[in-house]
Amino acid sequence: MSKEYGVLLVSHVTEIADGLAKLISEVAKDVTVKSAGGTPEGGIGTSFDRIEEALSSFEEETVLAFYDLGSAKMNLELAIETSDKTVNLYDTALIESAYTAAALLQAEAPLDAIEEQLASLKIK
Amino acid sequence: MLTQETARKWIDLFIEQILENKAYLSELDTAIGDGDHGNNLARGANALTEALQTKNPETLPELLKVTGMTLVSKVGGASGPLLGSAFISMAKASQDSDDLATVLESGLEGIQKRGKAVAGEKTMVDEWVPVVEAVKSKTLTSAFIDETVEKTIDMKATKGRASYLGDRSIGHIDPGAMSSSYLFKTMMEAGVYDE
Repeated sequence: MSKEYGVLLVSHVTEIADGLAKLISEVAKDVTVKSAGGTPEGGIGTSFDRIEEALSSFEEETVLAFYDLGSAKMNLELAIETSDKTVNLYDTALIESAYTAAALLQAEAPLDAIEEQLASLKIK
Repeated sequence: MLTQETARKWIDLFIEQILENKAYLSELDTAIGDGDHGNNLARGANALTEALQTKNPETLPELLKVTGMTLVSKVGGASGPLLGSAFISMAKASQDSDDLATVLESGLEGIQKRGKAVAGEKTMVDEWVPVVEAVKSKTLTSAFIDETVEKTIDMKATKGRASYLGDRSIGHIDPGAMSSSYLFKTMMEAGVYDE
């Protein structure tokens, strides 16, 4: 099991991001999955600060990032620009694609094979 | 004239406008979005008041940068990264130029780089594009700012949260265009724009 890649989940709602991390942990117990959902006050929205914090807390050098709606992507992109991690951002269906990626990482699939699977889940 | 003094007055007046119209902006956003535009911007406006007091930025680029960074960090909705990117880009441009049209154009580029929106998609870009043009040609008026907001009513949203509504987004003012109209009206009021 490689610790080369981590998975970041960004949602407008804390419980969506945390709940998805819980779902994923079932199939990918050795993959580092972090969530950054909601605003720092616990409200609905995304937070540049929370995303940045989550990104820099990864030990892994490369992070596969998934998000729910458009403004989450904007905050993610801003955080990516200030981060020293390599971040691959996917415009894919959040639940299905994060689950797919984590399950394949657990199975030690190479990144290009994972991205091939993700391509069919691109929706935005 | 764009100076640290006029820009500071501009931002102070913009904060005031946002707080005054918080409920109205959220009401516009309830019709075609998630109803939080006013509350989000008000959170940013309050954080901005505090940041400007604490950091007291003394130059124009610093002032614009603190404004941008605070909006990015504190707003929460799409308007945070968008308006924040505008101010951060304007901060960079203001290091080399005090020409308002040049600086605003960089702000618009910042928004478009972040949000990937073009004119006609019922977003704040539909306010910024005509206003930047009018500043360039020195024809900006308060009435023109209102007219550009009203033009978003007939547009169908193809970017942003309202785009999920498809045709049902037609017939409403775009909240982002409205809040940007406050930015440009306070820009005139503060004397940042002079013919």
